[in-house]
Amino acid sequence: MDDLIVKTVTKLIIPFIQLYGIFVILHGHLSPGGGFAGGAIIGASFILLTLAFGIEYTKSILSAKVTERVEIGGVIWYIFIGLIGIAISGVFLGNRVAGFPMGTFGSVISGGMISLITIGIGLKVASTMISLFHHIIEED
Amino acid sequence: MRYLNLILILFLIACAIAVERTKDLVSAIVIFASYSLVMAILWLILRAPDIAMTEAAIGAGVTTVLFIGVISRTRRMEK
Repeated sequence: MDDLIVKTVTKLIIPFIQLYGIFVILHGHLSPGGGFAGGAIIGASFILLTLAFGIEYTKSILSAKVTERVEIGGVIWYIFIGLIGIAISGVFLGNRVAGFPMGTFGSVISGGMISLITIGIGLKVASTMISLFHHIIEED
Repeated sequence: MRYLNLILILFLIACAIAVERTKDLVSAIVIFASYSLVMAILWLILRAPDIAMTEAAIGAGVTTVLFIGVISRTRRMEK
């Protein structure tokens, strides 16, 4: 697709989409949304980039190797946080019993490790969505 | 509010039947995207805003793009 209007609008709108996705991920424990919804929004922004500029351009920014690594890293991060809970308190994903700081109610830094877990889920969902789309659209 | 709900649900049922009866798969995908959008509004009315957000991003956005990607590799018309 070689269209000036589509390319210009994509360049303008992608930072706002990604900022909104990061906002949804970081406020996962306070407002609607969370890791899955925010990760889906970030993944959709990269799909828009692929549709406007072609798969080669997106792969020069975010190669298949990087998306694979991020995908695996998100899962390992989740399990790692869960194992911290086991090591300290004996409960998988133990939050308050494992001594994570609770913070003040209603602020962004609160809820112990829930926001850390949400970041891992967001990375995993976003990279899965990107690599899934690239695998489908790729010419063989 | 009650009548809005009724109109949305009737539109949802009409969309679901139309998706099944359309022969042109690209039009079926567009109808399916509108189905997802109405479903997202209904989730919002049912007070599940996080599901509504996910439905609007996945159902109306990503699924449509994935289906169009698949159709571009296969046939457009249903036999």
